[in-house]
Amino acid sequence: MLRLQFVRRRLLRSIEPGALGDSLFHWLTGIVAVGVVALLGLIAVVLLIAAQQSIRTFGFSFLAGTRWDSVADIYGAAPFVYGTLVTSAFALLLGVPISLGVAIFLSELAPPKLRVPLTYVVELLAAVPSVVYGFWGLKVLAPAMASSIEPAVQSLLGFLPLFQGTPTGSDKFSASVILAVMIIPTISAVSREALRAVPQSQREAALALGATRWESTRVAVVRYARAGIFGAIILGLGRAVGETMAVTMMIGNKNSISVSLFDQGQTIASLIANSFGEASLGYLQSSALLELGLVLMLMSLVINVFARLMVSRVLRRGEGLG
Amino acid sequence: MKLALPFTLPPLRFDREGRRLWKDLAMTAAAFVCVVIALIPLGSILIEAGIRGIQAITPNLFLFDTAYGGIGNAIQGTLILIALSSVIALPIGILTGIYLSEFGKGRVGDGVRFFVDVLTQVPSIVVGIFVYSLFLTLALAGLMSTRSVFTTITGVIALTTIMIPFVARTSEESLRLVPVSTREAALALGIPRYRSILRVVLPSGVSGLVTGALLGVARVAGETAPLLMTAYGSFYGFSGLDQPIESLPHTIYTFALDGSPARLQAAWGASLVLVLIMLVISIVSRAIVHFRSVSE
Repeated sequence: MLRLQFVRRRLLRSIEPGALGDSLFHWLTGIVAVGVVALLGLIAVVLLIAAQQSIRTFGFSFLAGTRWDSVADIYGAAPFVYGTLVTSAFALLLGVPISLGVAIFLSELAPPKLRVPLTYVVELLAAVPSVVYGFWGLKVLAPAMASSIEPAVQSLLGFLPLFQGTPTGSDKFSASVILAVMIIPTISAVSREALRAVPQSQREAALALGATRWESTRVAVVRYARAGIFGAIILGLGRAVGETMAVTMMIGNKNSISVSLFDQGQTIASLIANSFGEASLGYLQSSALLELGLVLMLMSLVINVFARLMVSRVLRRGEGLG
Repeated sequence: MKLALPFTLPPLRFDREGRRLWKDLAMTAAAFVCVVIALIPLGSILIEAGIRGIQAITPNLFLFDTAYGGIGNAIQGTLILIALSSVIALPIGILTGIYLSEFGKGRVGDGVRFFVDVLTQVPSIVVGIFVYSLFLTLALAGLMSTRSVFTTITGVIALTTIMIPFVARTSEESLRLVPVSTREAALALGIPRYRSILRVVLPSGVSGLVTGALLGVARVAGETAPLLMTAYGSFYGFSGLDQPIESLPHTIYTFALDGSPARLQAAWGASLVLVLIMLVISIVSRAIVHFRSVSE
């Protein structure tokens, strides 16, 4: 009886004008969307298969190995993981305060007339291609770093092992600076969104208690949005970790670990970019490079999933209250 | 300059109240300084590329191939790569966007949205080696020749992979801006849902879709890293979908690392051209959004 009713309803629905088109269209868009998601899985699977040789040869020691030697056919990822983490960390150290200043100014403190045009101009920073940043870094920033900025930093902080050696302009420090420049638009845009999601009543309440604009921003707005700002910083980290061209052109490309930021280095992305620019790759070498790519993908996946969860939670909460 | 002092200077006293007001001013100034610092690189790039690049911009720069120090084949290659990638990525991206905005409610929709978001954040070089590995694996399995790894086709696939999730999210967001009342009005006329989406919702959101498409194009037009191991690069013009192809960012990269002053200058010229293209796309898409919000 129930089954009959079900069949009857299905029949009636199929007679309804457009019902067939509707469900076809729903299915079409759904399949395409799921296909796009499947792409993410496909990327991981393909890299996993291509890295098989290296995974089987080196196992977990791949991550700890410090040698990258195509003559002896031994490959270890440590120098590049190190280079990636160090440059990204210093990029955050340099870029985060500036990004937060930008976000707070544009969202809270700027006079209304300046707000919109300045926001547009800051967004243009994201429109400059990575390779142009790299080229500018190589020809304009690196000489300036070598001749004045790095010696100045050294005279201030030279007692730290981080800032010893001869500044050359093509080193981990320069790479961090260019990375900082490139993550500023990301961090400031997402933080600004988090700040704007703070309900107006928060600001009004603080101002009504006699707070100055800065005090209301600090106590009532930034505190409220801190999880979202944290998410924005992690998103910036995700961007820094995967950034390739500008770093490749600035970091000096040396496959070893060294403490000083004024020494050359290599990130995962820059090693891959450099290696594929050259002619022939050995079989195991290419497999090891692809495993590095897999490591990079996993790093950026973990970072971005974490950041997304932070940001989306905050933005939703803001909407709910606002 | 009416904007010079949009605030009033606090009174010159340093009791508790005065200090608070001065601190407010100081923090506002510090935040403004952050904006200025953030914009220094952009200004410097525009000035340097403008000064050094403008001398390089001669008819010969655009007429010659990269083999002879020009960027003619690079511009041609970038246009071909962008056109082919757009043809594939825009329909797929927009259909995904339609799914997300019109049907993407509940758990499945949230999941799809989340993973599409994650996909936009995958580093472009990872996409490059993904396409490289895919074709290399297929070649090693004997399904195609190893020469097919470095071709226009693989370059297009890499750029498409980067563009699709981006276009999907921007189209979703622009379609969401179409008011519910518009949809309800269409449905109330008895039009089937799919036709109301295609004939009413999509046309209403078209300016957002165009903006998303433009930004998607801008996003891939400047990509270099994924092309290193796919489209690779070439000294001459387009010679077939199964051959390597040059692109503007790749030319900047190779010329920048080249020792000769003529190539360096051409690299500045190419940078100027590329940055100007990006700025124009940015400003046009901004203008479309502005025009839309004014007309409503």
